[in-house]
Amino acid sequence: MTTLLIPMIKRPLHPTGIWNWITTIDHKKIGLLYGATAFINFLIGGIEAILIRAQLSGSNADIITPEVYNQLFTMHGTTMIFLAIMPLSAAFFNYLIPLQIGARDVAFPRLNAFSYWVFLAGTIILHSSWLFGSAPNSGWFSYAPLTSVAYNPGHGMDFWIVGLQVLGIASLAASFNFIVTIINMRAPGMTLMRMPLFTWMTFITAILLVLAFPVITVALIELMFDRSFGTNFFFAPAGADPVLWQHLFWVFGHPEVYILILPAMGIVSEILPTFSKKPLFGYSTVILAGAIIAFMGWLVWSHHMFTVGLGPIPNSVFTITTMAIAIPTGIKIFNWIFTMWKGSITFSTPMLYAIGFIVTFTIGGISGVMHAMSSSDAQQQDTYFVVAHFHYVLFGGAMMGIFGGLYYWFPKFSGRMFSEKLGKVQFFLLFIGQNITFFPMHFVGMDGMPRRIYTYSGEMGWTALNALETSGSILVVISVLLFLHNIVKSWRSGEEAPGDPWDARTLEWSISSPPPEYNFEVIPEVHTVDEWWARKRGLLGEQSPSVGSNEKGEIHLPQPSFWPLVSAIGIFIGGYGLIYSYPVAIVGLVIMMVGVYSWSFEPVNDPD
Amino acid sequence: MAEATASNHESEHQTTTGLNHRKILMWVFLGSDCMFFATLIATYLVYKGKSLSGPMPLDVFSIPVTTVSTFVLLMSSMSMVLAYAALRKGSLKGYRTWILSTVILGSTFLGFQTFEFYEFANHHVHIDCINPVDLTDYEQGLFDKNCKDGVDHYDAQHGLTPKTNLFGTTFFVLTGLHGTHVTIGVIWLMSLFLYSFKKGGVTPERHLDTDLAALYWHFVDVVWIVIFAVVYLFGVFEGFPS
Repeated sequence: MTTLLIPMIKRPLHPTGIWNWITTIDHKKIGLLYGATAFINFLIGGIEAILIRAQLSGSNADIITPEVYNQLFTMHGTTMIFLAIMPLSAAFFNYLIPLQIGARDVAFPRLNAFSYWVFLAGTIILHSSWLFGSAPNSGWFSYAPLTSVAYNPGHGMDFWIVGLQVLGIASLAASFNFIVTIINMRAPGMTLMRMPLFTWMTFITAILLVLAFPVITVALIELMFDRSFGTNFFFAPAGADPVLWQHLFWVFGHPEVYILILPAMGIVSEILPTFSKKPLFGYSTVILAGAIIAFMGWLVWSHHMFTVGLGPIPNSVFTITTMAIAIPTGIKIFNWIFTMWKGSITFSTPMLYAIGFIVTFTIGGISGVMHAMSSSDAQQQDTYFVVAHFHYVLFGGAMMGIFGGLYYWFPKFSGRMFSEKLGKVQFFLLFIGQNITFFPMHFVGMDGMPRRIYTYSGEMGWTALNALETSGSILVVISVLLFLHNIVKSWRSGEEAPGDPWDARTLEWSISSPPPEYNFEVIPEVHTVDEWWARKRGLLGEQSPSVGSNEKGEIHLPQPSFWPLVSAIGIFIGGYGLIYSYPVAIVGLVIMMVGVYSWSFEPVNDPD
Repeated sequence: MAEATASNHESEHQTTTGLNHRKILMWVFLGSDCMFFATLIATYLVYKGKSLSGPMPLDVFSIPVTTVSTFVLLMSSMSMVLAYAALRKGSLKGYRTWILSTVILGSTFLGFQTFEFYEFANHHVHIDCINPVDLTDYEQGLFDKNCKDGVDHYDAQHGLTPKTNLFGTTFFVLTGLHGTHVTIGVIWLMSLFLYSFKKGGVTPERHLDTDLAALYWHFVDVVWIVIFAVVYLFGVFEGFPS
């Protein structure tokens, strides 16, 4: 059938150069592609943040027009959440999950490539809105009816809708893949309760994602129909209730918060035991706490809507459920602290990040408990206090965890060591910079400074603290540039890394750095949590398997393919078609169908 | 090519659970799709009875017609089961017969849906002003407004489209997206039917290909049963708020 459809295109059995990357289905290469793309997005989102901070650095500033300011904060939030943090987590999932569970690849290698290319398509669609004249401008949660054609003409919102929809396809496909991989591809002996913590948090995140994303998918479909075909979902004159959008968005949006933070918690749970030379304190409790957080994440969405006027009963109920989430989160924090307790701690850069994560994330968690109280939230809603809170949990939490993970696994990714000295300087710059940036926001927020205003009068008394925040953000910029310098330079000419530079605990460290294409020569057999640590220390008793066995069986790896890319190109073209012209959307659909059919009839392995 | 894949599949994948990867993938996807329809149905229910103007469900629904189309879709699930059973028994002829039946029944359902959408969009109101019987609330309103002295009947088109009111909006988008699912299923099954004519394309050893399509098909059927109950039946029977 493949040959029937497109006889000219031959399967790229041994691609070279750039084609090697374009047709790759190796989870490690896809992980690197994810990481690089997402980090570029992180820089773009950072530029947007710096422009915002520049505008707010003084009272009555006139650097950016209100219209552009609206687009900047909308795109900053959307970019950081959907294009930076989520795919950076996905980069870790891709690279590490097969290595941690002792597999040679993910369950569906071509689907994995498809996820990346669709993610790239969504990235380009969203960013290109700047080039087409109007970026989305109604905030990352885009409340109705601000998003209706009447109040928001032009194509900005259409870019937002289509971009998020496309990114949703990518995230869903990736999550299906990782759920199946973790359920079904574990090495012999690796029971669920022997899985590394990061694998567990990935598993929970993926489950959250496949259940939460359909909700935003439907909400976006409804919004798109309202804008494009004149339906009435959020059209109050027809009797509709725009609050429905808020409910749909936050039913997705709150689990999304845990989709952002749980992978970082998994990363920290790997770093702390390694550098404390102790097993994770309360391994099963930390897993259970993660699962409870994920479950409770579905019961708290209305705390984003305390000032909508839902009434005292819903507000009380959601106050209680929201506060209750502090319990499993607290359990995790104490377990991390107890992991370090009486450990022999090495303060290397990843460890500093893990400790920094605990500190800043706890601050963000505490301000979260403050506005979990609906009466207190009435004062804080839509002020900079809330901005401070979610930057503490997303930058001070998720991004700190991700930076820590990037350092921790850098030797595994690159086969090189980074400069520890630069890394430490970079950590302290970032840690100090972000606290100077975000901590004063608590005060101006308490003082009533609303979020999303493009400027403020000097009489409000917010000028000094805002100038301080902006100076802090410059420190963050310098530290991120230093990070890039360290990474690029170390990748080129760093000292060669051994397979296990940290004396770590999980299976990915039992193989060379970077791992061979087939990962494991012999699929390992697992006897305990922290299998690699137990093997190194000879804790497995008499049947202790020999380390680094050499008998090389015949290894069949899945072969590269064009079709995931072709399908993604179809979606990419179709996306622009939905925004500008439906015939083009049909062209995109046809290309996607050709891709999907050719893919379906292409065997995993052609005879070589 | 196909034989090579089949043997590869069986020998290469020794999975943790013993289940095939693709089967688990399908179940996870269906779990995700449940949330998709749950959100659409929730939207429908939130807006039930909130339309500011007609036509309402009582005006347009024809329960006998939709009952027949529901029956057709349920029968397609049965023929799907028979197709899979025939394949397991090694009867390619039986497989083709039943899979084609499923395609025809599925297409018939889509035909019913198209007919229904067309009828709703061109809904016609006829009121006998002299002797009005069995008027719905919406027709009563039209009666009060239009049946003045000397007017003996009222005739006009009052179509229901996605733009008309909240009922139209939520109804068409919910059932339309379900119809899209059915369409994808029909295309999938038709592809399997055509592929069965290629030597080694559909074989008892590769029954999983059909098994997955069947899982999807039954799921789409089950969703329709929920829609039929919640949207159609709750929409017309007294005792349920309209």
